[in-house]
Amino acid sequence: MKKLLTALLFAPAVALASGAGVHLDKAPDVQGDKAALQSGARTFVNYCLNCHGASFVRYSRLTDLGLTDQQVKDNLMFTAVKIAEPMRVAARPDEQKLWFGAAPPDLTLVARARASEEGSGADWLYTYLRSFYVDEKRPTGWNNTLFPNVGMPNVLWELQGQQALNKDHHLELLAPGKLSPAEYDKQIADLVGFLVWMSEPDAGFRKRLGFGVLGFLVVLFAVAYPLKKAYWKDVK
Amino acid sequence: MASNTEFEKYKSDGSLQGNLLEWVDARFPATSMWRGHLSEYYAPKNFNFWYFFGSLAMLVLVIQIVTGIFLVMHYKPDASLNANGIPVAFASVEYIMRDVNWGWLIRYMHSTGASAFFVVVYLHMFRGMLYGSYRQPRELIWIFGTLIFLCLMAEAFMGYLLPWGQMSFWGAQVIVNLFSAIPLIGEPLSIWIRGDFVVGDATLNRFFSFHVIAVPLVLLGLVAAHILALHEVGSNNPDGVEIKKRKDVHGHPLDGIPFHPYYTVKDIVGVVVFLMVFSIIVFFAPEGGGYFLEYNNFLPADPLKTPLHIAPVWYFTPYYSLLRAMVWPLFGIDAKFWGVVAMGAGVVILAFLPWLDRSPVKSIRYRGPIFKTLLTIFVISFVILGFLGTQPPSYAFFGVIPSAPVAQVLSAYYFLYFLTMPWWSKIDKYKPEPDRVTM
Repeated sequence: MKKLLTALLFAPAVALASGAGVHLDKAPDVQGDKAALQSGARTFVNYCLNCHGASFVRYSRLTDLGLTDQQVKDNLMFTAVKIAEPMRVAARPDEQKLWFGAAPPDLTLVARARASEEGSGADWLYTYLRSFYVDEKRPTGWNNTLFPNVGMPNVLWELQGQQALNKDHHLELLAPGKLSPAEYDKQIADLVGFLVWMSEPDAGFRKRLGFGVLGFLVVLFAVAYPLKKAYWKDVK
Repeated sequence: MASNTEFEKYKSDGSLQGNLLEWVDARFPATSMWRGHLSEYYAPKNFNFWYFFGSLAMLVLVIQIVTGIFLVMHYKPDASLNANGIPVAFASVEYIMRDVNWGWLIRYMHSTGASAFFVVVYLHMFRGMLYGSYRQPRELIWIFGTLIFLCLMAEAFMGYLLPWGQMSFWGAQVIVNLFSAIPLIGEPLSIWIRGDFVVGDATLNRFFSFHVIAVPLVLLGLVAAHILALHEVGSNNPDGVEIKKRKDVHGHPLDGIPFHPYYTVKDIVGVVVFLMVFSIIVFFAPEGGGYFLEYNNFLPADPLKTPLHIAPVWYFTPYYSLLRAMVWPLFGIDAKFWGVVAMGAGVVILAFLPWLDRSPVKSIRYRGPIFKTLLTIFVISFVILGFLGTQPPSYAFFGVIPSAPVAQVLSAYYFLYFLTMPWWSKIDKYKPEPDRVTM
């Protein structure tokens, strides 16, 4: 543990690495699947929320995913915070900076910030979280093909197992984890789905409302256009 | 009593004696303004598609002001970090997006409105170039319009800093730094603009003040002047002929129709169609593919982490390309300075259009092949400059043609189009204008 922390201390804060011509795997869209989003929330609070905050999301907002307040309290809240409080990390950012070299970024908006011409933020995250491999040269022992020399180790390795780069620079599963590759991909898809939901919880409602607004405008057009025609019929 | 005489002037038609409107009219020109600007303002009857964008620009202005008022109620111009290590300003925008009722809608309308404003204003300006709307006697309308465009750019630039994301911060840093290239006064000037040695809390607060008070006040005044000047001389039209030259026995232009009700009902149709497009963006693609809300701006401003590629929002990119095209340190002054000069001149040169155009006719309908060709190239080159402004300078077309010299050639064309206009607009062929407008 001490070794890991020392290693992390020297982990360089790598700036946005968007290499030219990177290939992103398409993330499955699970926004309509409440069970998948709940599973993603579980993975998030168990594995991510220890270091990364989601400081714009209140725990109570998780009820949007079809959970009751009590279910959120029993299953997704491990600290003594109240349910209306945001999903914070116990450590302060300045302490984290001291320990890790850089404070792990807040993940509320990561799915929107990681979008690029190469693909959506979801695609980036889905690819990133499945691209860790063992690299003894790195202080954490982990590296990533999408985000080279990333500061974060593969916190999900117990689930995924250990990948390594083969001679052709392709990822290969060396030691299997608790989940099969298909199960792991599904779990990551759920987690990414949750991150996407979290980046804009109102997005679903926004789109539904959009159809209503457009419907209203079509009706308004059906009134406005004949009105214009009627007024203009004598203009020659 | 004087007021009594005014009072009696309005009750000749047997209307209710002493009604409220009469009372007001005796004290304020309500009816006469209504008549002068709407019900008896005669507009040419042959307006086409291009004439929707003036009223749409007014609509977007109202959208921006109303949504802006509500955003200010919840936004906090504060660059300090909150307990979670996030700048307060950035956090307050996310607070609006998540915890304020309908805040996401208000914010998306405002952010989409900024881009929509430039879309309609660019099309509105292009209309003027198509039909010679800037020509005598409408030079002042055009100059007010140029000033509105300039104000709009300032408004958009300062507004973009407020969310305090990475692009907000670094965009402002790059643009304010440009001023430091001015000889002698550059360095102190840029510090004076920022209120600090780097873009910081002082900058954020003054930009906020300018964005919500100073610039909107000037903008509204200029819009009023733009419309008053327009209503003084009357609108141009797609034929570029003056409808005031031919009037009926009542003194109304033969080819004119009252703005209200004819153009009010017509503009409502335009408004509805515009709102459909606007709603599609607001509700289904508020990021506009990264052009309306840049992806990097979902990261909080970090003065220690320079993004790999700093691109302005799309509506600035043609002018940003003009800026980047200047790479020569002329007269021993930094090339950056000449870039700023080029960018500024690119906007200011528009104001001289009324005096650069020497064609005997106004409208493209009666102008010759030189005008049509050069204007087409101008539009294509402006769009390419805009595209290149979103790309890093190292961008190459199809991966082989370097973009930097292309941008320089197109920038030169931008200026040459205007500077040589007095010559080519005069020698160009033209068809005689008709006496009356055509429908």
